[in-house]
Amino acid sequence: MNRIRFAFLGLLSLAVLLFLAGCNKKENTESTQPTNAPASAPAATPIDQATVGSVSGTVKFDGAAPKAQKIDMSQDPACKGTNEAENIVADKGDLANVFVYVKDGLGSRTFDVPKDPVVLDQSGCKYHPHVLGVMAGQTVQIKNDDPTTHNIHPTPKDNREWNESQPPQSAPIEKNFAREEIMLPVKCNQHPWMKMYINVVKSPFYAVTGPDGKYEIKGLPPGDYTIAFVQEKLGEQDQKVTVGPKEAKTVDQSFKAGGM
Amino acid sequence: MRLPSGPGKRGVFSKSSAVYGTEEFALKAIATPYNRRLHQFAVFTACVTLLLIVAGALVTSNDAGLSVPDWPTTFGSIYKMPHMVGGVKFEHGHRMVAEFVGLLTIALAFWTWRAEHRRWLRILAVAAVGTVIVQGVLGGLTVLFYLPATVSSAHAAVAQTFFCIAVCIAMFTGRQWVEETPQVEIDTRRPSLFTLTLLSIFVLYVQLILGAMFRHKGMSWWPHVVHAAVVAIVLTWTSIRALSVYSRIEAVKKPAILLLSLLVTQLCLGFAAFLTRVAWGKDSLQPELPMVISTVAHVAVGALLLATTVVLSIQVWRHVPVAFEERAPGRERTPQAA
Repeated sequence: MNRIRFAFLGLLSLAVLLFLAGCNKKENTESTQPTNAPASAPAATPIDQATVGSVSGTVKFDGAAPKAQKIDMSQDPACKGTNEAENIVADKGDLANVFVYVKDGLGSRTFDVPKDPVVLDQSGCKYHPHVLGVMAGQTVQIKNDDPTTHNIHPTPKDNREWNESQPPQSAPIEKNFAREEIMLPVKCNQHPWMKMYINVVKSPFYAVTGPDGKYEIKGLPPGDYTIAFVQEKLGEQDQKVTVGPKEAKTVDQSFKAGGM
Repeated sequence: MRLPSGPGKRGVFSKSSAVYGTEEFALKAIATPYNRRLHQFAVFTACVTLLLIVAGALVTSNDAGLSVPDWPTTFGSIYKMPHMVGGVKFEHGHRMVAEFVGLLTIALAFWTWRAEHRRWLRILAVAAVGTVIVQGVLGGLTVLFYLPATVSSAHAAVAQTFFCIAVCIAMFTGRQWVEETPQVEIDTRRPSLFTLTLLSIFVLYVQLILGAMFRHKGMSWWPHVVHAAVVAIVLTWTSIRALSVYSRIEAVKKPAILLLSLLVTQLCLGFAAFLTRVAWGKDSLQPELPMVISTVAHVAVGALLLATTVVLSIQVWRHVPVAFEERAPGRERTPQAA
């Protein structure tokens, strides 16, 4: 009787293992295929291109920028070159890697999801870019240009979590995110210093500041908007702005060191 | 009260019993020959299990838990050795040591089943196999579900439970356990030393779960730190009681001294882990060596502390049985009219 019980328990454990392995495979198969925007997505609200304006400006960092910490990549000999922290990149006060987007004011407008993918590259055991913007449903193409295996592991709050490895010279991984989410962290568990952020928004009105702290959002229909500036360590700051027909508005923003 | 031999029904003694010291109650009566090789194998299994706990702690401290995204395979294969760099060396290294411990446990259970006369020990050895299977499945679930704090913490708690079982099997197969005639003293104090040891195990388990929840980002650090004071008080009380009252009993004295030493070490390591991880390391870009060393050592010494407390509890149960007053049933004590 005891033998039958042990055999049953053994078989049950084996069945659980196989089931879990099966679930994982299915998950991987599903996730390697990018799903396009839902077929039932409403048609984009037309925008009169003759009246559109733009918002641009510079994002500054007030105070002395912290010295970028050096990253030790010695645990993988394939990770060559130097690497520094990118959590606050401020050259001469110009703050890079700030995600700027129209947070409010677009009402119930809908927008076409671009067919072209946005590219996230892994090179020098570092993500390029460090901050990325993408529309919900748009494909993110992830490449590995390093001679080592990475794993890409987004840890979202509102989207589905996944974790996939990408060996050297393998085909790009294509994914998309269904729901809006700002500063969605992505990390590589093989190289714990590798971190970046994906920002998923519903409209095409977003930008990421470059090394000169500048950004530009084009093609904005006239209206009253809330522009959000989001930095991974310094948080979010909002500004209200009114854009008139064909108006090029300048909206600068600064983050204080005390916000850290 | 000191007695020459142990109780038949261990752990509880009637003060009014008239059969202390009779052959009927001697633990020596267990007809089990000492099996040196089996004992050495059990000790080896317990040592490799501690190594496995260190390997698991290294995975967590190096944030390498998901560097191998699949399970039970590793990068799609069950036999291919991956390139052991970055987080993979910690995660796959942990899996390899775990597989080795699994094999050792199966061998230990098989050997114990064939060589042991004590049925309860054979059952314990089989229970060890069951525990190691549960532990493996929890390890797999934590990978497949992206390190949920509750599953990862259960994985940490079952790891230490398995270590305690391995240590107990090593103790039960040891020469001292098999061949000694237990030196017995009746415990008349309240709470009894045995109760204190059980309380110690309980507070250590609570502390283990709080620490694991914090390490796996399921809880803040402060419940673990606050509860450390409770653990320190209960364990000090237990070991001081054992040393002050029963220091003549070597089997109780040794684990009590070890318990006190490990407690002091663990408190120091906990302080170091707090500094390197919470106070200094909260903004670190990657796992830093001082944090890794202090947290891994804190986990390993925690496992030793729990196992020592379990050993002390069993030795107290064997050598310091609890006295109880025999009470007549209520209706017999009340005079009744004829």
